[in-house]
Amino acid sequence: MVPTTHYLMLSAALFTIGVVGVLTRRNVLIILMSIELILNAVNLNLIAFSRQLSDVTGQIFAIFVITVAAAEAAVGLGILIALFRTRETVNADEIDLLKG
Amino acid sequence: MFYLFNFYVLAALTVISAIFVITRRNPVHSVIFLIITLLSLALLYVQLQAEFLAAVQIILYIGGIMVLFLFVIMLVNLDVVARQAPFNRQWHIAGLAALVLLGELVAALYWGRGTPTLPLAPPTALQPNTELIGVTLFQNYLLPFEIASVLLLVAMVGAVLMAKRR
Amino acid sequence: MPQSFLDAVWLVPLLPAASALLMLLIGRRLPKPVVSALCCGSVGLAFLTSLGIFVEMLGRAPGPERVFEKTFFTWIPSVPILTEAGGWAQFEVNWGFLVDPLSTVMILVVTGVGFLIHVYSIGYMAHEGGYYRYFGYLNLFMFMMLTLVLANSFLMLFVGWEGVGLCSYLLIGFWFKKKSASDAANKAFIVNRVGDAGFLIGMFLIITTFGTLNFTAVNAGLSNFSMGDPTIVAITLLLFVGATGKSAQIPLYVWLPDAMEGPTPVSALIHAATMVTAGVYMVSRANGLYQLAPLSLEVVATVGAVTAIYAASMGLVQNDIKRVLAYSTISQLGYMFLACGVGAFAAGVFHLYTHAFFKALLFLGSGAVIHALSGEQDIRKMGGLWSKLPITGKTFATGAIAIAGIFPLAGFFSKDEILWKTFSAEADPFFKVLWAVGLITALMTAFYMFRLVFLTFFGQSRVPHDVEHHIHEAPRSMTVPLMALAVGSAVGGWIGWPAALGGGNWFEHWLEPVMRGRGEAAAVEHSHATEYGLMVLSLAVAGAGIWLAYTFYLKRLELPERLASRFAGLYKLVYNKYYVDEIYSRVFVEGPVLGKGMGTAFAAFDAHVVDGVGVDGSAWLTRLVSRLTIWWDTWIVDGSVNLLGWLVWVLNLPARALQTGLVQRYALWMAAGVVLLMLYYVQRYWSLFFSS
Repeated sequence: MVPTTHYLMLSAALFTIGVVGVLTRRNVLIILMSIELILNAVNLNLIAFSRQLSDVTGQIFAIFVITVAAAEAAVGLGILIALFRTRETVNADEIDLLKG
Repeated sequence: MFYLFNFYVLAALTVISAIFVITRRNPVHSVIFLIITLLSLALLYVQLQAEFLAAVQIILYIGGIMVLFLFVIMLVNLDVVARQAPFNRQWHIAGLAALVLLGELVAALYWGRGTPTLPLAPPTALQPNTELIGVTLFQNYLLPFEIASVLLLVAMVGAVLMAKRR
Repeated sequence: MPQSFLDAVWLVPLLPAASALLMLLIGRRLPKPVVSALCCGSVGLAFLTSLGIFVEMLGRAPGPERVFEKTFFTWIPSVPILTEAGGWAQFEVNWGFLVDPLSTVMILVVTGVGFLIHVYSIGYMAHEGGYYRYFGYLNLFMFMMLTLVLANSFLMLFVGWEGVGLCSYLLIGFWFKKKSASDAANKAFIVNRVGDAGFLIGMFLIITTFGTLNFTAVNAGLSNFSMGDPTIVAITLLLFVGATGKSAQIPLYVWLPDAMEGPTPVSALIHAATMVTAGVYMVSRANGLYQLAPLSLEVVATVGAVTAIYAASMGLVQNDIKRVLAYSTISQLGYMFLACGVGAFAAGVFHLYTHAFFKALLFLGSGAVIHALSGEQDIRKMGGLWSKLPITGKTFATGAIAIAGIFPLAGFFSKDEILWKTFSAEADPFFKVLWAVGLITALMTAFYMFRLVFLTFFGQSRVPHDVEHHIHEAPRSMTVPLMALAVGSAVGGWIGWPAALGGGNWFEHWLEPVMRGRGEAAAVEHSHATEYGLMVLSLAVAGAGIWLAYTFYLKRLELPERLASRFAGLYKLVYNKYYVDEIYSRVFVEGPVLGKGMGTAFAAFDAHVVDGVGVDGSAWLTRLVSRLTIWWDTWIVDGSVNLLGWLVWVLNLPARALQTGLVQRYALWMAAGVVLLMLYYVQRYWSLFFSS
């Protein structure tokens, strides 16, 4: 069988890629997608441990993570649309009203 | 052996498409690659005997959230964006920080104390998966379940409000 | 509260000053009767106060008891001065009044005659514009003159001296729109100023010599000096220069004839009775100094005598009634200085006193004539006025008899006293020459005065027809003072009835304590016989003068014409006042060196040094200071404020750098923070994480 460590490594890699995407990309949509990547990395971690420990709690928690991810994606995209209507841009560095 | 090979293939696919997600200029391409990433993750869930979650992942994540992304891409005018610089000014430091993070995590996993000592569960654990999840969900975790539904309601209302034309 | 009239001496100058001030402030709005009442009333009250002072003085014993000095405040505070003698003196000048027999006489004359002239002015100026201004100036003059005679120091006297000069200027130029009047006023003031320069230098010398300007103190210090001390000679000569200016002696007399441009009462008051006598008063006040300098006394006497005869000669041929009287004044002032010069200061003051009466009377009388003839002043256009102007004529005649020196009118006693003292002066045989000059002048005086009387009042009327109809006697306000002054001219001299004629010469005794020099005592050596002889001689001379005038102007009217054509050149010279005015003008006014040259130089000095350095210089300095202040304000004051602001800005740059408004930047900070924290904790709790 596949040792859990492998899954954890994969999760770490996915997590890092997601972080890079969040911190680096200008397009807000890509940022949101990177956040989904991060959440999925976490999910993988949860399920890997659920399997190892024979505890279904991990998978339940993963369900909730997906639920929250969905909610957050919906609201986030709504905000993006509202922002796009006023600012005509989806670039994160062009939205700096709080600059001071 | 088969599982290990499977794992490596799927892992490679996941990582590569994840990298493609964050590096493509065109957001639609990014969405496609994210779908591929989620799909391969779902297959990994299957390997981990979490069939229900694999199904949920495909139906909800790919079928719902990604479609939502596509709709939004459609609403937002992104012709101009395709020609602009994809990365912002802080990508050097961000990359460095991420690398350090990866290094830390990998080091902790490789040389850390926790993981090798844990025994592996038998393959038939957590079966039948769906029934188990259902029972646990509606018995032990009923409250979080209901709250999750409220959360979804709130999100729905919020999203409608946000996207509404004033 | 003043205890006595003497204590209230300050009222004497201050009453007229108060009404002058009122005229200045609200005179314009007051009706004429109020102005008259206020101004004449203040002088009248001053006269009554002076009378009170006189009575009080009489009550005191003669000598030091009759000296009353009252100071009011310190004007120039004590300054140490190094005197010529080598010692240090504290120089101090205070504002104070000195009342002694001499100043009592003066205040009585000034306020008494002044009051009568004020009353006369009510009638004379009734139809003139500027009524309040006239009375204001007149009262201001009274204040200044009284300050002059009551002063207790040379400096205060000088204050009054300058003040009367100013008032003379204001009053001569009263009708300032007339060019000749304003020119005359300027001339008076400027010529006076020349004399004042001498006075000032004299005062400076007194300060360095005596260390004080106070009369009593100076007199006290006289004992340190010997007869003929050069410093004293210098002082006295310089003071006399000032006197020639104010009292119209040679060479600074030229302003007095021109001063007739002013209203006639002004001529009477200022240029006959009071202001011009200030020089005589000053010399009498300083008699102690003069008696230590025989040379100066000689100079004074000579100048006086020469001026007397010189002015009389010019008075012989003038045709303006006031001009004749002006030259007569200069001549009579010469007599007064002659008296002082021979040491008979009391006689000089006596003549001052009598002259005030009859000269004022003559001027006021001429004013009445001019008033009656609607402004005519040329005696060639007068005549036959005796019946038409009875009071004026009689009083005028009284004055003429008095000035001619006919016994027993006032002029006889004073003039005779002077001539006697000159003749009997032992100090210098040269004085006998001066006596002769004085005698001849007396002849001329009688002649020109009666020429005036005869041409004006007697003979054929040469008055033009249109004027003849309006001839009328003067109003009561004018005739009453005339009568009062006539009485004074008649009996005023009796207080100086000489011992030779049986009197006690009360006047001389009254002034004795003040005049340290020659009084009756010195004349005792000569017998009364000589004195009688001289008296008869002077009477004869006066009579001769009157007879000559009668002949020339009433009996044989062709004589003046014949004489004038016989001596045409001489006549022309005298008629044109010896061309002195033209000479002065040529040398001092238009002259390249003294006139225009110095004038231009001083003007340039004023423009470039005084204005340039002083005025413009201070303006430049102000601008410089303001520029410095601006720099200071901008760079230092504002700068420190700005510095604070900049400091805040600089210190906040790192904080600003964090507030980019870019969410991804914030996320990066968070990620970096997490990473670093993790590194730290792993480091710290290594053993927890890793087994090796």
